[in-house]
Amino acid sequence: MSERVRVKAMMPPGHVRTPAYLRGKEGVIERALGHFRNPEQLAYGLPAEEKPLYRVRFTMAEVWGEQAECPTDTLDAEIYAHWLERL
Amino acid sequence: MTEETGKRWHDMGGTPAGPICQDDHDFALWEKRVDALMVLCGGKGLFTVDGLRRALEDMGEEAFESMSYYERWIAAINQNLLESGTYTIEELGARMDEITRRGPTYGEAQDV
Repeated sequence: MSERVRVKAMMPPGHVRTPAYLRGKEGVIERALGHFRNPEQLAYGLPAEEKPLYRVRFTMAEVWGEQAECPTDTLDAEIYAHWLERL
Repeated sequence: MTEETGKRWHDMGGTPAGPICQDDHDFALWEKRVDALMVLCGGKGLFTVDGLRRALEDMGEEAFESMSYYERWIAAINQNLLESGTYTIEELGARMDEITRRGPTYGEAQDV
């Protein structure tokens, strides 16, 4: 039973580590990758707590909608927990 | 930053790529040194590759079009080293003057 998640649709300025084309899209957690220091803090030379990082799998149909050439193909992206909402 | 979406210029996923230059090229000595400098800065804990990326993104699309890859890297490294207090603007300026006075060629500029 894969856990479904949605990428947060927020659009803050600054150094963010979640590509815009995945914001608001739904996928499944493919695996947990462990905890890593938050790059969005490290980018500014600030203390950075360790955050869980997940590999999330999306279908091309979900990411590109009608434009998807191969709708059932999948795309994996590594996204931090603080960018994900559990569904 | 595009007005309607908030997406920043470097976040290119999903936009048409246009033609991709496949030319192979060698790297100049100074470019190899910039790459090595980044590795050293990370190893010494002065700043991380995340800081490099942040500075590159903040340089904007114009820099992306007008500067070469390692020109952008050295500018971003310098930005991070100034922010981390590794050296001051004054020290950087004095050092640049000193090297400029040695001569215009890469060889003349080297420490003896």
